[in-house]
Amino acid sequence: MSSRERILGRVRRALADAPGEDVPVERGYLREHGDRSVEETVELLAENLADYRAIVHRCTAAGLPATLAGMLAARGAKTVLVPPGLEPAWLADAGTEQVPDRAGSTPHELDRVDSVVTACAVAVAETGTLVLDGGPDQGRRRITLVPDHHICVVRVPDQVVSSVPQALERLDPVRPLTWISGPSATSDIELDRVEGVHGPRTLEVVLVGSQPSEDVNS
Amino acid sequence: MSGTFVGMPAFPEAAHEAVHNQTLRGNLRHATHTIRAKRAKAVSEVSDWAELREAGKRIKDHTLRRLDHYLVQLEESVVAAGGTVHWAADADEANEIVTRLVKMTGESEVVKVKSMATQEIGLNEALEAEGIRAYETDLAELIVQLGKDRPSHILVPAIHRNRGEIRDIFEREMSEWGRPAPEGLTDTPAELAEAARLHLREKFLRAKVGISGANFMVADTGTLVVVESEGNGRMCLTLPETLISVVGIEKIVPTWQDLEVFLQTLPRSSTAERMNPYTSTWTGTTDEDGPQNFHLVLLDNGRSDTLADEVGRQALRCIRCSACLNVCPVYERAGGHAYGSVYPGPIGAILSPQLRGTASEIDASLPYASSLCGACYEVCPVAIDIPEVLVHLRERVVEGGPVVREGNKVVLKPAKGHAAERAAMRAARWAFTHPGVLRTGQRAASRTRRLHPRTLPGPGRAWSDTRNLPPVPAEPFRDWWQRTNGGKEGGK
Repeated sequence: MSSRERILGRVRRALADAPGEDVPVERGYLREHGDRSVEETVELLAENLADYRAIVHRCTAAGLPATLAGMLAARGAKTVLVPPGLEPAWLADAGTEQVPDRAGSTPHELDRVDSVVTACAVAVAETGTLVLDGGPDQGRRRITLVPDHHICVVRVPDQVVSSVPQALERLDPVRPLTWISGPSATSDIELDRVEGVHGPRTLEVVLVGSQPSEDVNS
Repeated sequence: MSGTFVGMPAFPEAAHEAVHNQTLRGNLRHATHTIRAKRAKAVSEVSDWAELREAGKRIKDHTLRRLDHYLVQLEESVVAAGGTVHWAADADEANEIVTRLVKMTGESEVVKVKSMATQEIGLNEALEAEGIRAYETDLAELIVQLGKDRPSHILVPAIHRNRGEIRDIFEREMSEWGRPAPEGLTDTPAELAEAARLHLREKFLRAKVGISGANFMVADTGTLVVVESEGNGRMCLTLPETLISVVGIEKIVPTWQDLEVFLQTLPRSSTAERMNPYTSTWTGTTDEDGPQNFHLVLLDNGRSDTLADEVGRQALRCIRCSACLNVCPVYERAGGHAYGSVYPGPIGAILSPQLRGTASEIDASLPYASSLCGACYEVCPVAIDIPEVLVHLRERVVEGGPVVREGNKVVLKPAKGHAAERAAMRAARWAFTHPGVLRTGQRAASRTRRLHPRTLPGPGRAWSDTRNLPPVPAEPFRDWWQRTNGGKEGGK
């Protein structure tokens, strides 16, 4: 008998003796927490991102190239990794050398790049989470992992949802997903939180809206 | 389960040692109290916590009730997405499968994401025996591995170590395993984390094989989910060419939507965060992104036996958040090692004796490693009634009875060590139903109290080995009550 049959047989026997009906799943929980306007939801996203030590910027679509150029310059980045489908205009003003992500590029090559700029698939306000789904403007999972500095552009309000249930509805499980809430962190040493163990130590988020707005904490 | 803990003394003995270790108690007290307070705050942010908890419980119960159906569905989904599924009835079989898969790649080292399932089966040791080196990449697991130590907490395996101890371990051991610790390493957490980053990065960048567990497997899509903080998980899940995930069969949820419950309850319960820094989900393989070979090893190893127990099966709902450890007064004092299993604390006290059976001394002692205060049940995000299962297992140990082991029904004999306890209880029952006997006995005890030994002689010795005998009062309560007219007339 194969182990598959052995295990399934054991499971079936274990359940055959069990009396009682199947347990219905009731979803009495909320689809989102609180009653917020669209602006308030974006505001909450910015607050929760900042609370988890991401650096949050805001600008208009027209101001995005200048904002990104400024951020890369402030960081002193010499090279920036670019996913294949990133809107070329976004980095038009940046003086930083652009490194396209190629299937053949090795982890060591990625490790030598200073920064990476990506879009995202959806952002969750209540948890301060960005979700990347490997789309052409976000690239492969590894490019937002190995470089030490990740800039993620979020279109507000259309890419922002309030809650985890709303995010899952929007996402395609067939795609590889990466949920990012703040920079890499550990609390393994006496539960002191330390940023940046293995992933990017700096996470910067640009909230791009139609309305000009003040920077949140930059 | 793993051979790692074979030869462990029973819980009371191990705990007796641990409670006298001042450093350990200090480290543990600091850690559990910190995380306890943070968790309460994170949970209070969510107004529908009770409903989420109930939904999580019901989703898991529903899944367990039809586990055979969902296992087959999961297998189909994973295969359709480009993965390969293996079934392992026990630890040895799982280790053989993983070893064979690693050997097929031609590699002699692997990077590992922290995984309870691979600890449970003793995978690292099995790989080592076959000449394959497994590198733990979670910071706490690294500390444990370099320190030739054992994990003592589900979430923070090195919770029993303070920064000074960690610094010493890094300085002494890192060079044995790869890049040495930087010169002049201090004990600040930031510097220690940086040392780990440098040490592990060279391993991540060259690794061809990654090994993980999973927090959840989604039956209808074939998606696996890993929840983590550091990014070491992402490194292991995306940089290697081959990924092998060893996952317990109880980790299934039926649908993609079901994740909306657990992705809210797990982070808040475990690390007290709104969301953990990184969550990775993958469905089979994706061209040019991540591993191109994906193997899922479905692990039974006592789970189907646990499923056969009507009271005990609720332990299989566990999502390994570790909230029950952090509130447990027994865990806080005894530490994780005393439980003699990779699953310490209240959940370990009910999970280990079910997965492994209660034949060994340590497993028979685990249901007693609790004060039954109920705090673990209160914090459990899937509402496992741990005290109920503890009492059920105590009865099993003392009275014996029918259980399922490796798929077969067997009848357990009453545990030997408990003969004296049963005799004592019978004697007590008799004394309490004969008031004259009780009064005489109490007076005799008070008069002779200075002569009482600190431990019981004869068959009672086993009991008092692990418990302090209560001091006998100078006067029985009943006499005092009569003498003072119920305390109204004062008197000593």
